[in-house]
Amino acid sequence: MSMHGPIATHRSATGVPTGRLAVWWLMASEIFIFGGLIACFVLFKLNGTPGFEDASLTSLTAGAVNTFVLLTSSLTVVLAHAAIEKGDREKSFLYIWYTIGGGFVFLGVKAYEYTGKIINGHIITENLFWSFYYTMTGLHALHVIGGMVIMALISFDIRKGHNYQRVELIGIYWHFVDLIWIFLFPLLYIANF
Amino acid sequence: MSQAATAVQTDTNAEHHEELSFLYKYILPTDHKIIAMQYIFTGMIMAVIGGYFAYAFRMQLAFPGELVPLYGLVGPGEYNMLVTNHGTIMIFWVAMPVLIAGFGNYIIPLMIGCDDMVFPRLNRLSYQIFLASTLVLILSFFVKGGGFGGAWTAYPPLSSVAEYSLTDWGASLWVLAVALEFVSFLLGGINFVTTTMNARAPGMKMMDIPIAVWFIVLAVILFMASVGPLIAGAVMLFMDQRIGTSFFLPSGGGDPLLWQHLFWFFGHPEVYVVLLPTLGIVADIITVFSRKKLFGYKTVLYTAFATGGLSFVVWAHHQFIAGIDPRMANVFVVTTVLISIPLAEMMFSYIATLYGGSIELKTPMLWALSFIAAFLIGGVTGIYLGASALDVYFHDSYFVLAHFHYTFFPITIIGMFAAITFWFPKMFGRMMNDTLGKIHFWGTFIPFNCIFLPLFFLGLAGQHRRIYNYNHFPDLATQELQNIRIFATVSLIVMLCFQLVFIYNFFVSMFKGKKAPDNPWNANTLEWSTPSPPPHGNFKTLPTVYRGAYEYSVPGREMDYWPQNEPPEES
Repeated sequence: MSMHGPIATHRSATGVPTGRLAVWWLMASEIFIFGGLIACFVLFKLNGTPGFEDASLTSLTAGAVNTFVLLTSSLTVVLAHAAIEKGDREKSFLYIWYTIGGGFVFLGVKAYEYTGKIINGHIITENLFWSFYYTMTGLHALHVIGGMVIMALISFDIRKGHNYQRVELIGIYWHFVDLIWIFLFPLLYIANF
Repeated sequence: MSQAATAVQTDTNAEHHEELSFLYKYILPTDHKIIAMQYIFTGMIMAVIGGYFAYAFRMQLAFPGELVPLYGLVGPGEYNMLVTNHGTIMIFWVAMPVLIAGFGNYIIPLMIGCDDMVFPRLNRLSYQIFLASTLVLILSFFVKGGGFGGAWTAYPPLSSVAEYSLTDWGASLWVLAVALEFVSFLLGGINFVTTTMNARAPGMKMMDIPIAVWFIVLAVILFMASVGPLIAGAVMLFMDQRIGTSFFLPSGGGDPLLWQHLFWFFGHPEVYVVLLPTLGIVADIITVFSRKKLFGYKTVLYTAFATGGLSFVVWAHHQFIAGIDPRMANVFVVTTVLISIPLAEMMFSYIATLYGGSIELKTPMLWALSFIAAFLIGGVTGIYLGASALDVYFHDSYFVLAHFHYTFFPITIIGMFAAITFWFPKMFGRMMNDTLGKIHFWGTFIPFNCIFLPLFFLGLAGQHRRIYNYNHFPDLATQELQNIRIFATVSLIVMLCFQLVFIYNFFVSMFKGKKAPDNPWNANTLEWSTPSPPPHGNFKTLPTVYRGAYEYSVPGREMDYWPQNEPPEES
C-alpha cells in the first residue's frame, strides 16, 4: 500500500518533493500578504501620520522575550526534523512539543501585552498605529496558532510511523512565521523614527 | 530507465479503478475532472445571474423609470447594486472559476499526462471554499439594505462607511465573499503550479508543455504574486467596516488612495490572470484547426513572461485623475504603452500560425479567430486610455466601459465558449452540433459588437459611467444619445436570446449527441489519447512523451499530426 492514491501524488519531475514545493509556494503567497501590510505600515510611517510616535509605548522587553522564544522554538523544530531523519520518532515527538510549548509562551506574552495595552486605552481604533499593531501582530498570532495545531496533528501522526516528511514541511512554515516576526519586531517595537 | 518506471506506474494505476459511491463521485469528488465540472457549472450559473443583472440595468438605461419585464423597477440604489455585482460576478465568479479553476483543473492533468492533481483533497477543499464564497455573495443580495453598490472596485470611503453606501451588511458580505474566493484560488493555484512542475509525464520537458497549460500556470503565479496585498487590504477594509478602524478614512488619519493602490496592484495583473488562460486556449485551438506548428512557441512563451512582469508596474494608470503625482503618472504611461508590445507580438505569432495553414472553420476555431479580432479592438483602445492626457477626458466615461468590455468579453465569454466547444467531446464523450454552434456563434458575436461599439461613441460624447437615469442631465438626455442606448440594449437582448441556442445544444448534445471518437480534431496533446470521456484515472497506460505539442503537418509523415505520446519509429 505504499503507492496509495493517484500516481500524480508520487511523481517528482523537478526532483523536489511535491510537499516541499507546495509549502514554498504557500510561503511565497504569504509573503505578499504580510508584505502588503508591512508596506502600508511603512508608507504611513514615512508620511509622518500622527499616532505613529506611539511605537515608543510598546514594550521592548516583551518583544525581545518573544523574539528569543520564537527563535528558540525554531531551533527545536530543526532538532525534531534531524531526529526524524534518523528515524527517532519519540525524540522528534518530544522536540515538536517543545516547539508547541514555545508557541504557548509566545502567545502568553502576547496576551499579557494586549491586556496591558487595552487597559491603558490603546485599543485598535485609537489611531492608525494601534490599528496596524493589532492587525499585524494578530494576523501573525493566527499563523502561530495554526502552526501549533498542525504541529500537534503531525506529532501524533509520526509517532504512529506515518508521513515523516511533514516534520520538515511544518518546519519550513514555522521558520516563515519566525521570519515574519523578525520584520514585525523592529517595526513595531524598536523603530521610533 | 524511464520506460521501466512507466511500466511500474501503469501497474499501480490499474488498482485504483474501484467504483466510487455517488456521494464520493459527484458531491465530494477528488477526481480533477469532476471538480472541474463543478467549477464550470457553478461559473455558468453565475454567468446567468450576471447576464440577468446586465439585462436589468441596460433596460433601465434604455427606458429609464419604466418597469423592467422579469425584474421590476430599478431605483438608483438598486442600479448601483446591479452594476457592482454584475462586474464582481463576471470577473470573480465567471472568468476565474470557469477559465482558470474549471478548465485548469480539467486540462492540466490530462495535458501533462497524469491521473490527477498532486493534491486531490486540497483541490476538493478549494472548490468547497469557492462554493461557500458563492453562497455568501448570493446571500449579500438579500440582507437588509440589499447587495453592495460601491462598484466592483469598492473604493472607500463609500465602501467602508455604512452611512455612505447604505448597504451596511451587503458591503461586508461582499468583502468576505471576495476574500474567501481569493483563499480558494490561492489553494487551487498552489495545486496547479506544483502539479505542472512535478507530475509531468516521463519525457515531457518544460518546452513540451502545451501553451494552454503554461499560460494557466503563469496566470496562477501572477495571481499569487498580486493578490496578497489585496487580501491584506480586504482585511483592513473589513475592519474599517465592522470594527471602526480608519485605515482608509482620512478622518482617522488613513488614506483612501491606499485602497486604490492595493486594489489595482492586484486588479491590473488580474486582467492578465484571466487573459492568459484564454490566450493559451486560443493558441491550442488555432494550431489544431490550421494544421500548422505554432509559430514561435518560445517567443509566445517569452512574450507572456514579459507581459506578466510588466503587468505589475502599470496599476496606477487607473488612478491618473485620483490625485496621484503627475510625474508618477508619466512613468505609468510609459509602462502601460510598453505592455502592448509583447501582447501585440503574441498576436502576430498567432496570425503567423494561421498564415498558409489549412484552416478548418469549425465552431471552436470561429471562437478563437473572433477572440483575436475582438481583443484587438480592446487592446488598441487601451493605448488611448493609457496616455494620461487622453485619460483625463475619457476617465469614467463609456469609452472606458466599452474598452474593457472589448477585453473582458472576448476573454471570458468568447474564451469560455471556445474552450467548451473544443473540449466538449472529451468532457462528455459526445459531439456538439456544429450547425447550432455556428448559429450561436454568429448570434453572439454580431450582437456583442452592436452592444459595445456604440458605447465608444457615447463615451466620446461625454457620457459618464455611473449615472442611472440620463434624463436628469440635459446634455446627455438628447434623443440621439438615447437612440444609441436603446440600440445597445436591444442588441443585448438579442444576444441573450441566442444563448438559449447554446443551452439547448449543450444539454441535448450531452445526452443525445453523436458519440465522439477519442481524438475528434486529430490533435497532438495528451488528453486526446484518452478515451472520451476519460475514466477515473484518465489513461489506460500512463503516457510517455516524445515531442512537443505542436508537430502538425511534419514533412515526410503520412498523417498531418503527430501525437506527443507516439513512440518514434525504429530506424
